[in-house]
Amino acid sequence: MPTDTAHPLVALSDIHVSFGGIKAVDGVSCDLYPGEVVGLLGHNGAGKSTLIKVLSGACHSDSGDIRINDQKAVIRNARDARAYNIETIYQTLALADNLDAAANLFLGREILTSSGMLDEVRMEDETRKIMGRLNPNFRKFAAPVKALSGGQRQSVAIARAVYFDAKVLIMDEPTAALGVQETAMVSELIKQLKSEGIGIFLISHDIHDVFDLSDRLTVMKNGRLVGTVRTEEVSKEDVLGMIILGKMPDHLEDGSEAGKPSAQ
Amino acid sequence: MSDRVQSLSDMEQPETPGSAETRSGITGMVRTMELDLRLLGMVGALLLIWVVLDLLTGGRFITPRNLFNLSVQTASVAVMATGMVFVIVTRHIDLSVGSVLGVIAMVMGVVQAEILPDLLGFNHPANWIITILVGLCLGLLIGCLQGWVIGYLAVPAFIVTLGGLLIWRGAAWWVTTGRTVAPLDSTFILFGGGVAGTMGETASWIFGAIMAALVIYGILRGRRRRQLFDFPLKPLWADWLNISVLTLAVFGFVAAMNAYPVPARAAKRLAEAKGWAIPEGGLELMHGIAIPVVIVALIAIAMTIVARRTKFGRYVFAIGGNPQAAELSGIDTRRMTLYIFTLMGGLCAISAVIASARLQSAANDLGTLDELRVIAAAVIGGTSLAGGIGTIYGAILGALVMQSLQSGMALIGTNTSLQSIVIGFVLILAVWVDQVYRRRIGE
Repeated sequence: MPTDTAHPLVALSDIHVSFGGIKAVDGVSCDLYPGEVVGLLGHNGAGKSTLIKVLSGACHSDSGDIRINDQKAVIRNARDARAYNIETIYQTLALADNLDAAANLFLGREILTSSGMLDEVRMEDETRKIMGRLNPNFRKFAAPVKALSGGQRQSVAIARAVYFDAKVLIMDEPTAALGVQETAMVSELIKQLKSEGIGIFLISHDIHDVFDLSDRLTVMKNGRLVGTVRTEEVSKEDVLGMIILGKMPDHLEDGSEAGKPSAQ
Repeated sequence: MSDRVQSLSDMEQPETPGSAETRSGITGMVRTMELDLRLLGMVGALLLIWVVLDLLTGGRFITPRNLFNLSVQTASVAVMATGMVFVIVTRHIDLSVGSVLGVIAMVMGVVQAEILPDLLGFNHPANWIITILVGLCLGLLIGCLQGWVIGYLAVPAFIVTLGGLLIWRGAAWWVTTGRTVAPLDSTFILFGGGVAGTMGETASWIFGAIMAALVIYGILRGRRRRQLFDFPLKPLWADWLNISVLTLAVFGFVAAMNAYPVPARAAKRLAEAKGWAIPEGGLELMHGIAIPVVIVALIAIAMTIVARRTKFGRYVFAIGGNPQAAELSGIDTRRMTLYIFTLMGGLCAISAVIASARLQSAANDLGTLDELRVIAAAVIGGTSLAGGIGTIYGAILGALVMQSLQSGMALIGTNTSLQSIVIGFVLILAVWVDQVYRRRIGE
């Protein structure tokens, strides 16, 4: 369960993004506390990916505030987001297929020797250490990531985020392309990271992918926020109703407090 | 799902050759040595071409004289091909290199033969240095300009450099309104690898020894670094076998170059020019390695280090593998594009030095069709037009394969139209074989 902290790790408030005349995100607010998993749900085109891109620096908002650790934050690009310890694992994983695991893990943040050359051996060593922690079965350090299975690729992408001390992890459809065993592996990883106090946004269009892992669920439809609920207070059917009909479940209709974690 | 599990377990091979004993035969050995199969294939193909041409020419191909000429003829294209690897790896293309070479050669010709002699005097010792600096700056500037349009204005490289092909060829003509510039500075023409433009016997052996030492240092240092971190190592004998083969190749090349005598009359002229005493019974001089070949070797080493050991090289390959991923990793891909084309321009300038020095004149058609030779060399050398894959040594080998075919056929007496037909087929064949190979190993 989320710890009792005074302020959230991340708070997005009243975010607006429009492309041309289309409002992709229309006044959406949500937040994330340390050690918490928030599932962000909605149909394709509901605006959830766009919302999260505002946080990861891949997209600019027209208006709205981002607060990180209760401080106003300005995120213009992926580098800014990284400086705030926000790491994103994209649905496409954003791996360079022709490079090996270590090269991908350190892409853009290479370790250099004193003479300014790539310190390949040290990078491989660090990669072996972190993969030993996250996925002990991983052994293909010399192969390009193209030769890895979906789960192995996913673990490289996660290792990249974790190695650089992510406080906030954004995962876009983390298990959509994975088989049963690999999905289980990624779920274990998410629980492990959560226990280390990392806040995680899980984005998905499929309720089954995220329901069991999430502490809270934020649902969007047509660019608007439907609502945020605590997972323990709702059933999958309730959430499906929110996704499809775009309204809060009846028993929570008046519960404006639902958006806060660990209330009561 | 079951498919995936199956393929997963299939792929769970040992990551390193630690269990070498369990493998047998040539495949096992190749894998143990972590040899690049594509490299082996290319070297094998090159040797095969050489042997066949040698048979067809009645033993006139694999001779010190012909190998020397071959090495000099390959140099200009080989230098540009190393840069083209970076361009193609990042999913671009550069069609302008031949024209850029042409305009730089013309400008350098005018600078050293018409401007500097008036200011400093003909063959002034600073002439060639200033000339080459002017050429380099011009090359970097042209490359930078094209790279800026491609990177920041987002005009496709194909279009920008196709325009460049026309623009710079036209500019080359305008420099002297078509007049050929000659004679060039006497030091400058040494870069073309004529009789005087070689290292001579002793220096060639020293150069070979330095190259061999670099090979040994590189391999053993890599081994020691891995030992330090307790990583799996390949067996010691494999490293030493690699070292032996490479060292032998280096010294074999030096020996061949040192076995090509300078014609007696040219030797006499050279000795007189340098003020050497001519011993009784005539002077016996050997060519040794040509200066343009030394330049190719140095550029190959530098470019390989850039490709494998620097952030810049890492980003080149990352952009080629997945441009979005590179962007999301905080790599400034537009600036990288600018740098890559600037580098390409600089290499064109070096090739312009070699090419015009070899002809001892600057003509406005110099480098015509070189863009196609350079691209073909890179592609025959295993650079993938889809991006992300390519090696410097491959491009140089590719250049050597093309030049071998061309000069071999010329030696046989094949007419030029048949030469280009054969080379065209070889280009297509090489790329097809490469793709079949890649599919086989599941890349």
